[in-house]
Amino acid sequence: MSDFPAPATLPRILAGLRTQRSMALDHHIEIHGALPLVAHRRRDSGALIEALERSGLRGRGGAAFPTATKIKAVIASRGRATVVANACEGEPASFKDRLLLERLPQLVIDGAVLAAQAVDAAEVFIAVDAGASLAARSIQRALRERTDASRDPARVRLVPVPRGYVSGQESAVVNYLNGGPAKPTATPPPIFRRGVNGRPTLVNNVETLAHIALIARHGAAWFRELGTQTNPGSTLVTLGGAVVDPGVFEIEVGAPLASLVNAAGGPASPLRAFLLGGYAGTWVTATAANELALGSDELGDVGASLGAGVIIALPSSACPVAEIASVGRWLSDQSAGQCGPCINGLDAIATTLAQIRAGGDPRALGRISRWASLANGRGACAHPDGVVRFIRSAIDVFEDEFADHARSGPCTACLQRQLLPTPTAGLSRAAA
Amino acid sequence: MTVRLRVNWIACEAHGMCAELLPERITLDDWGYPIIDQRPIPPELEAHARRAVDACPTLALALERVRTRQPSPRFPTQAGRLVDGEPGT
Amino acid sequence: MTLALASTVGPSAYWYLTRASGTVALILLTLSVVLGVLDVEQYSTPRVPRFVVDGVHRTASLLAVVFLFVHILTSALDSFASIPLIDAIVPFAGTYRPLWLGLGAASFDLVLAIMITSVARRRLGYRAWRLTHWLAYASWPIALLHALGTGSDVKATWMLAICGACLVVVLVAVWMRVLSGWPDGIRPRSAALALAAIFAGGTALWLPSGPLGAHWAQRAGTPSSLLRPSAGRRPG
Repeated sequence: MSDFPAPATLPRILAGLRTQRSMALDHHIEIHGALPLVAHRRRDSGALIEALERSGLRGRGGAAFPTATKIKAVIASRGRATVVANACEGEPASFKDRLLLERLPQLVIDGAVLAAQAVDAAEVFIAVDAGASLAARSIQRALRERTDASRDPARVRLVPVPRGYVSGQESAVVNYLNGGPAKPTATPPPIFRRGVNGRPTLVNNVETLAHIALIARHGAAWFRELGTQTNPGSTLVTLGGAVVDPGVFEIEVGAPLASLVNAAGGPASPLRAFLLGGYAGTWVTATAANELALGSDELGDVGASLGAGVIIALPSSACPVAEIASVGRWLSDQSAGQCGPCINGLDAIATTLAQIRAGGDPRALGRISRWASLANGRGACAHPDGVVRFIRSAIDVFEDEFADHARSGPCTACLQRQLLPTPTAGLSRAAA
Repeated sequence: MTVRLRVNWIACEAHGMCAELLPERITLDDWGYPIIDQRPIPPELEAHARRAVDACPTLALALERVRTRQPSPRFPTQAGRLVDGEPGT
Repeated sequence: MTLALASTVGPSAYWYLTRASGTVALILLTLSVVLGVLDVEQYSTPRVPRFVVDGVHRTASLLAVVFLFVHILTSALDSFASIPLIDAIVPFAGTYRPLWLGLGAASFDLVLAIMITSVARRRLGYRAWRLTHWLAYASWPIALLHALGTGSDVKATWMLAICGACLVVVLVAVWMRVLSGWPDGIRPRSAALALAAIFAGGTALWLPSGPLGAHWAQRAGTPSSLLRPSAGRRPG
């Protein structure tokens, strides 16, 4: 651990962030202190792993898996390990990973190098979305600064990965690094046992690595000063939709959603609902959301979770049915196209959503329920599961609007410009 | 020790022979893909299950032996749903 | 079918067995290939479910291999042509009609490969199995040419009828398979059709001047010691 003063409160990761500028190495050291690399011996990195264990850090890529456990699983596997820093942000409404790479590359690389040391890896791959040129340039500049200044124990390489909603999934990134398409694979064997080039591979979201970089400096106890019991520390969230100042925020896990909305300047117009956890997440009504704290336990009670920290505020002026129908079709198109139940189920759901939006079919909702249960859990990755969760919660929260549409067809709000992003430019259609 | 069926969804091409050979545990959905009843396979059905596994042309069906009190880590996915097996998604 | 007379080395039981088992193996191999080409699963009914059709395919293939073993063993045991066992696996190295016998060995090698990969499918993985299985398509025409070139009965009507029927049945199967799903994958489908047509046409054109023509036994490479001075009287 370093003697460098630890930030007493927020911001932690976003400390010293200057708008529009990537944080240079010397400024980074000014804010956070030097990288506390241990002597290059596997035994000594045990102290870091222990600290990560005590800190209770969970992955920030969406699955919230305990980081120390993952690292230990990689170490326990046979062969020389590899580390993948995953910055592939297929979720259209998420910007936190891009922000980290563009503005705080040194923190990310610190974490990657520490992780590499913990698992005794010789190589680190930083997987970025192809087309995220600012992020790529920022990382390359940061790497050059480091080689000039010191020697990192592992070789760090930047790899652009074709952009797609499912391309950022762990096994998809590994598949691409192994020369295959950026599509999820069927695991067994698990990635921590056989990943890139058949080696045990540690895949961490870049935000997780940033947290590792700070825990290595300031310790587990410091990390736990914020956050909840089950999910300690701070986390980055991307708040979008009908708020005055959408953007990326660093919050304490367990912070009330209301305070986050306030930090974003409050609602831009009266709100109808919130989407928690992006397109694989859950809808909650605005009133219910007012009481919610953004921590895993509370959210779990309403069947939601933070996921990769994407939150979207839906205004009352929008038509939920139209929005859901558009996103539903986009999500179906984003299927990797490898598993029958996903290809067919999501397509059926999307078609039925369009039918509901157009109206005149009161039995359409029943059909969605059917397709949803057929698609759920029957794919090689969690994409169909996420879509089902997204759709089911939408039908629940927007029950009236859906029934209305199924009966009477389009409403006036249908003609509004679409709020929820469904990008096609720069996004490879995974199923193509 | 429980015996369970597992499908490799990428390999599965909806040939449907598994459902013919083990209708007690496998039915087909609207598109011909298997819906697996996840109840463990009792010993009297094991031979049939094995035959169903062998019949799959793409090797998509597998029989898994799972230790019932497995100390493996549980991996939470979104919304707190717990999935046995591999970390992350 | 005339039998050679007054020969110190007459056709033994093995000689008959090898021709019979070879013919049966060809028929079974044809059945197996036809079932494979047709992707015959799609024609299953509730009374003949897919696993049964698949079972017929697998059983026909297995039986074909059994008859192939008999065919090879008996041809080695028969003292007339003294064909060593090794000629069944190493193609084109023998003394008796090396090319035509060799084709049989090549076909057998392919069939062996398919058998081994099928039995060890789980261990070898799907991709290795699938690749080898495509070679099945090659083993059949090679087997047919072997039958026509090596077979002693090739001039007999029944033999020609059997070979002709096998050829026709495979052609029909290829035609049906190519048509279903046309024009998807138009290039591989056209290629398959072209190959089948070329093979059938080529074989038909070759027959009259080849095995059905004069002095075939000699031209095919039968060792001269086995040839009678007045060629054409000996079976083969």
